[in-house]
Amino acid sequence: MSISVRIRHDLGGFKLDADFAIDKPGITALFGPSGSGKTSIVNAIAGLLRPQDGSIVIGGETVLDTRSGIFVPPQLRRVGYVFQDARLFPHMSVESNLRFGWRRAPVPAEESEFARVVAMLSLEALLARRPTKLSGGEKNRVALGRALLSSPRILLLDEPLAALDAARKAEILPYLERLRDEAKLPMLYVSHSLDEVAQLADSVIIVKDGKTVAQGPVFDMLADLDISALTGTPSFGAVIDTRVSAHREAEGLSVLSFDGGALIVPLLRRQVGQRLRVRIRAEDVMLAAEEPRTISANNVLLSTVANLRETGSTHADVQLRCGNARFVARITRASAHRLGLKPGMPMFAVMKSVIVDPQASAVAP
Amino acid sequence: MLSPAEIEALLLSLRISAVAVLCALPVAIALAALLAHRRFPGKAIVDGALHLPMVLPPVVVGYLLLILLGTRAPVGAWLLQHLGIRFAFSWTGAALASGIITFPFQFRAIRLSIEAIDSGIGDAAKTLGASAFDRFVNLTLPLALPGIVAGAVTAFAACLGEFGAIITFVSNIPGETRTLPLAIYSALQSPGGEAEAARLSMLAIGLALIGVTLAEFADRRIRVFAGR
Repeated sequence: MSISVRIRHDLGGFKLDADFAIDKPGITALFGPSGSGKTSIVNAIAGLLRPQDGSIVIGGETVLDTRSGIFVPPQLRRVGYVFQDARLFPHMSVESNLRFGWRRAPVPAEESEFARVVAMLSLEALLARRPTKLSGGEKNRVALGRALLSSPRILLLDEPLAALDAARKAEILPYLERLRDEAKLPMLYVSHSLDEVAQLADSVIIVKDGKTVAQGPVFDMLADLDISALTGTPSFGAVIDTRVSAHREAEGLSVLSFDGGALIVPLLRRQVGQRLRVRIRAEDVMLAAEEPRTISANNVLLSTVANLRETGSTHADVQLRCGNARFVARITRASAHRLGLKPGMPMFAVMKSVIVDPQASAVAP
Repeated sequence: MLSPAEIEALLLSLRISAVAVLCALPVAIALAALLAHRRFPGKAIVDGALHLPMVLPPVVVGYLLLILLGTRAPVGAWLLQHLGIRFAFSWTGAALASGIITFPFQFRAIRLSIEAIDSGIGDAAKTLGASAFDRFVNLTLPLALPGIVAGAVTAFAACLGEFGAIITFVSNIPGETRTLPLAIYSALQSPGGEAEAARLSMLAIGLALIGVTLAEFADRRIRVFAGR
C-alpha cells in the first residue's frame, strides 16, 4: 500500500505546498512546529479539505486530481483518521464506536480481527462503557481501534498524544510502538514533538511554513544538522536503533549492540534480542582526540566527524558517524577550534548518558 | 366532576395538539437540519419566514388560513373537490392552525441542538465511511434528540393554549373545534358560567404542570442517552 501526495492550497494567505510519497508500511512522522500546516495536509488526504490544485493517490487509486476534476469524498476513501481529540460518538458504547467503521467497510474485517484489535489495545474491559466514562488515554485507544477496524488503506494520526499528560502518554506509547512493529499499513503521524518522533517514527517528513521540505529515515534525519537548522530547533542529538545483546546482572548493567559498536546502560527489563531505541543528547557527548583510558564514562566510541555547524555565538554541533549510526555532539566553538575539527577526522565520543525509554529500565529513575 | 362537554373539550385539545405537533415535527427536523448545515442565498429570509408564526398575531395566521383554505377559497375548494380534504370548520383545520403557530418552537429548539453537535464528530464519521444520510440517521438525529423532545413538548404545551388562530379559522364548534381555551371563553360568555371557567382553568394549569414535569424527566433521561 502506498500513497503519493502533491498538493497546493491557499488557506487565506497561508500557502500549503506538500509533495511526498510513502511506499512502505510503518510510521512516517509529519514533523513541524504548530501552525506549519501538518493537519491541513492530513485533512487533504482524508478528503476533509479539498485542495485547489494537485493530486493524491492512495494505493493506486486517484482520490484527488484537480486537473481532471476527480474528488473522492472522504467516506469512500478508506483512510483511517485518529483525531487529536478522539471524537468518539458520545451516544454509543465503546463497542458500537469500534464497530462503526467496521460495519461500513466495503469488506468488513473478520470477527477475529475485532478481537485482535481489542486485545492489542486492551479494550476488553471498556467495551460496554460510554465515552463520557473514559479517561483521555482510554478515549485515544478507542479512537485508534475504531480507525484500525475500518480496514483503512492508510492510517492518519493527528497528534494523538498532544492532549494527554505525561502519564497518559506513557500509557499509549507502547500501543503505538506495537502498531508500528506489527505494521501492515502506512501510518502518517503528525507531531511537533521530537521525543515522539524519535520513539515512534521509521521515517520523517519535515514541514515548514506549509511546505514539505525534507524526507528521510528517522535515524538520519534526527542527527542531520541541516534539519535542525531548518526546523529552528536546537539539535536533538540522535536516536540509535539497538538490540539488547547481554545483561551483566552482577554489575547491574545491560549491553546494547548497534551497527557501529555497543552501549552500556543500567540494567534493563527487556529480553536479550529485543529491539530498543535509545536517545543520546547532543549535550551529553564529549569529544576526545585520544582514547581516554581512565574515565568514569562507560561509553567511549571511536567515530568519524561527518559534519560541523556553528550554532549561536558559543556552540558548535558536530555530527559523528559510527558504523551506520549517526549522532551529534554539542561542544563550544573554542573546543572545536582547539581540536581542529574537520570532516573525516577520527574522534573518540564520550557519552555521559544514554537515555532509554523509562518503561524498559529496571531501576526506577 | 367534569361534564361530558368539558371532557370532550379536554380530549379534543389533546388530540388536536398531538396531531399538530407530530405532523409539524418531520418538517421542523428537515428544515432545521437544512438550515443548520447548508449555506444558500436567501438563507436569512427563509430563516426569518420560518419564525414568522411566532411573532405574527395568531388572529392574522387564522385569517390567512381562512382566505387560503376556506371552503370557497381557491386552495381550499381544490382540496375539497379533488382530495376530499376539508380544513375549514373542522378539527383538522384547528390542528393545522396550531401546528403552524407552534412550528417555530420546534424548529428553533431542533436547529439549536443540531448546531450544537460538534462538527468534528461528523468528520470522524465521514472518514469511517458514513454517507450523508447515514450520518443524519445515526448521528444527527440521536444527538439532537434532547432538542427534538424539548421542542415537541414546548410546542405541544403552546398548542393546548392556542386560541386566536383556531377561533378565526375554524370557529368555535362544540365537539369539533371547541378546545379547552375556547371552552373557557364560551363559559365566560354565558351567564353563570364562572364555575365552569374556573374548573377548566384548573384543568389547564394541571395539564401544564404535568407537561413541564414530563419534559424535565424526559430531558434528563435523553441527555444521559446522548452522552451530554
